[in-house]
Amino acid sequence: MAMLILIINAVLVQNILLAQYLGNCPFCGVSKKLDTASSMGFAVVFVITLASAITWCVQYYILEKLGMTYLQTMVFILVIAGLVQFVELFLKKLVPPMYRAMGIYLPLITTNCAVLGVAILVIKKQFTFMESVVFAFCSAAGFMLALVLMAGLRQRFEISPIPKALQGTAITLLTAGLMALAFFGFVGVDSALAALK
Amino acid sequence: MAAMSLRQEFVKGLWKEIPPFRLVLGLCPALAITKTVDNGIGMGAAVIFVLVCSNILISALRNLIPKEVRIACFICVVATFVIIVELTMQAFFYSLYQKLGIFIPLIVVNCIPLGRAEAFASKYGVVYSAADGLGMGIGYAMSLTVLSAVREILGYGTFAGISLFGSDFEPFTFMVEAPGAFVCLGLLLGIMNAVGRRAKA
Repeated sequence: MAMLILIINAVLVQNILLAQYLGNCPFCGVSKKLDTASSMGFAVVFVITLASAITWCVQYYILEKLGMTYLQTMVFILVIAGLVQFVELFLKKLVPPMYRAMGIYLPLITTNCAVLGVAILVIKKQFTFMESVVFAFCSAAGFMLALVLMAGLRQRFEISPIPKALQGTAITLLTAGLMALAFFGFVGVDSALAALK
Repeated sequence: MAAMSLRQEFVKGLWKEIPPFRLVLGLCPALAITKTVDNGIGMGAAVIFVLVCSNILISALRNLIPKEVRIACFICVVATFVIIVELTMQAFFYSLYQKLGIFIPLIVVNCIPLGRAEAFASKYGVVYSAADGLGMGIGYAMSLTVLSAVREILGYGTFAGISLFGSDFEPFTFMVEAPGAFVCLGLLLGIMNAVGRRAKA
């Protein structure tokens, strides 16, 4: 039950993009087409889950043991950058179709603040290892959900008469605002579920 | 000539390429922490510091950093200054530190410092890079302040904590929640575009 609440919380209530404001640059950048958005989404799910698992271990087995938690930011970002490069090489060599599908988005992910954001959140919330992995996976799934929904909406912009001044990022942000309003409706679902128990 | 273009490098960040409106970078903190003016100014100051210092250092080291690993080097430099900001804030401005929370470490991936390092500081001299960093930083801080002023005035009826409308004011809570952030930034961007086009015509 606690796990279920965690999952619903991460995907819907505290949606990483629409309620926590993380990862907006790729959200505006690559949400123009449905297929690129879903490839990017897969890449993000993969990297966030892996990165959070690794940074969790780094935090508790290395940084805390050595009393160097003040280096968290630097170590995490380097771990993520290294991981992304490694994943890129690995996929290129061993799973070429997967590399072709999400290859060009991988370098972009290093500077996607959702990755570092989730890694830090997991530590801040003092999750166990299992909770961390589930939370990271579900947060990333929530990111992908929002990204794909947005791409679907944006494809319609091309045939809509949008005022010139609002074209591009402006209308994307306004649409994101309306989507965030819809997701806002999930607030309270988690506490209601907790009360059921 | 040199003095002139130095000024230009500084001024471009204030209007022509002002982030996050013209240069669509650093959106996440612009949305997340602009609930109150204090937060906006605090975040702006942190970004100015990181941007100026990282631009100076990267520009000074630009001939020593091998091309292949430059991004990793840039990230290290930026992360160093972010940690300095983080520890300083924790020590001297604890309430601000708590409010900005996760978004202070996230300055590392707030594409602006990294973007300027790649686009500017790795190609130009130290003085120019400092001017570029200062201009961009102040531009970003101004944007955050404007955005947070709009949201705080409408959402809480206050400006930097001072009540503006007396007790009859019904706060427009939508503005300080997530949807309001997106709508507000989108509309401001639209206004900037409209004004920019009129100025050009």
